[in-house]
Amino acid sequence: MKRKEFRLSGSGGQGLITAGIILAEAALFDGLNAVQSQSYGPEARGGASKAEVIISEEEIDFPKVTDCDVLLSLTKLSCDKYISGLRAGGILIIDESIEKPERDDIITYSLPILKTAVTTLNKPMVANIIALGIINQITKIVSKESLEKAVLSRVPKGTEELNIKALKEGFILAR
Amino acid sequence: MTIKLMQGNEACVEGALRAGMRFYAGYPITPSTEIAEIASVELPKYGGKFIQMEDEISGMAAAIGASLTGIKSMTATSGPGFSLKQENLGFAIIGEIPCVVVNVQRGGPSTGLPTAPSQGDIMQARWGTHGDHSIIALYPNSVREIYDTTIRAFNLAEKYRTPVILLLDEIIGHMREKIEIPDDSEIEIINRKKPTCSPKEYKAYKVKDGDMVPEMAPFGSGYRFHVTGLVHGETGFPAGSDKSESLLNRLIRKIEDNVDDICTYDEYMLEDADTAIVSFGCTSRSAIAAIKNLRKEGYKIGMFRPITIWPSPEKKLIELSKKVNRIVVVEMNAGQYFLEVDRIAGKNTQVEKYGRLNGEIITPDEIISVIKEGHNA
Repeated sequence: MKRKEFRLSGSGGQGLITAGIILAEAALFDGLNAVQSQSYGPEARGGASKAEVIISEEEIDFPKVTDCDVLLSLTKLSCDKYISGLRAGGILIIDESIEKPERDDIITYSLPILKTAVTTLNKPMVANIIALGIINQITKIVSKESLEKAVLSRVPKGTEELNIKALKEGFILAR
Repeated sequence: MTIKLMQGNEACVEGALRAGMRFYAGYPITPSTEIAEIASVELPKYGGKFIQMEDEISGMAAAIGASLTGIKSMTATSGPGFSLKQENLGFAIIGEIPCVVVNVQRGGPSTGLPTAPSQGDIMQARWGTHGDHSIIALYPNSVREIYDTTIRAFNLAEKYRTPVILLLDEIIGHMREKIEIPDDSEIEIINRKKPTCSPKEYKAYKVKDGDMVPEMAPFGSGYRFHVTGLVHGETGFPAGSDKSESLLNRLIRKIEDNVDDICTYDEYMLEDADTAIVSFGCTSRSAIAAIKNLRKEGYKIGMFRPITIWPSPEKKLIELSKKVNRIVVVEMNAGQYFLEVDRIAGKNTQVEKYGRLNGEIITPDEIISVIKEGHNA
């Protein structure tokens, strides 16, 4: 498998860095190489936040995204900011509350990520895990088993069941 | 061998613990905070102590104090805190007190760009504290290398009784990647030499014939001695200017005469190269990606990467300067290590610099165009 670049973007506090870590760890469980990095402003919550994950069978030299294959955006602000970095033929996954950007050279999935977290699972904070389920259902980048194992290894104790449910909601949304 | 997904800052703490760190003092600062955070959780499990001090200055002071009791100690900071530690860093140099000072660099001067990467503290690591001295500074470029290099920083500190600076990049410090934790058989641990004489005969700064590093007794073990920032004699008590030259020369020579032991570096695709990039830390990873692409187009290009950035790998750089007709120093600053490379290699070959100051990593594409622009086919 050649180098694949993922950018998970949204607002600080939405758990996107955690989602990036889980995706990278799942790739390691599958025997692949992965690098996860992030950038954020000086504020603890709010502001634009992005996590980047690069997955490859080969050594990963340059650790940052340059030619994004998959972009997740949970806020309009982050979608506007990073949409130009998505390569032609790339995959955009946005929350349905965000207006579809005017690009006909990409594949866009507009899905009720934030709403599902609130209404189906009663926990807005699991939107990140739902998004992970969606990303993997669409890209099949890692095995389901590894993704579940990585979720369980990185979420707080006592929330395992909730997060596995969220992951499965993501799988269903992307079907 | 265990495989894990680990953050650079975490690997620094793990490496430190493996090297024998049992004391950490510091004051949290982005982008080094995880080092303090993880040390505070992990150290008690090893019977070690963590203390959050009232400021950066006391963090450095406490690390020095702990080391004097025979314990391996570390502190971590970033640019603004590294500035504040400089006075006590000089104290550790003249007092010959081993410790490790981690600087996860960020944009400066002053509070600068707190969350953005920079390689702007190269010269501060060398000359940040006043007075004539030599210094050891190490500069890893991956999570695994942070682990190994942190162990090495402790080993060098113990062996040469001197503070060792570990320069990290925000990008590698905060990045997570695969790390294979080495088995015990692959790891060498060095501990400071302790006195063999009786407490009565002990002179804290007396050097045995043929040696350059005095034996170090831990405070509280019955060996009484005095430590001062003043120029001192063998007993550690202040002495006049007649002792200055020999003391300072020994402190410089114990490092400079052992460059071959201290300096580590990586040579990448240099065998047939006519052009060389000199780079370190995160920037060297961009350079490797650039070189792989340029090689496909037929460019004979490679990279020299100092892992020990101070003292300079002077012999290797001279060798390189006689082999290639162009050296480009790529670094995320206005051209700091370039000054050193140009000083050493500039007589023999053309030395250029490429840098930036906007808090964004230099990309492989940028390096490729810099190389192509100046290339004489």
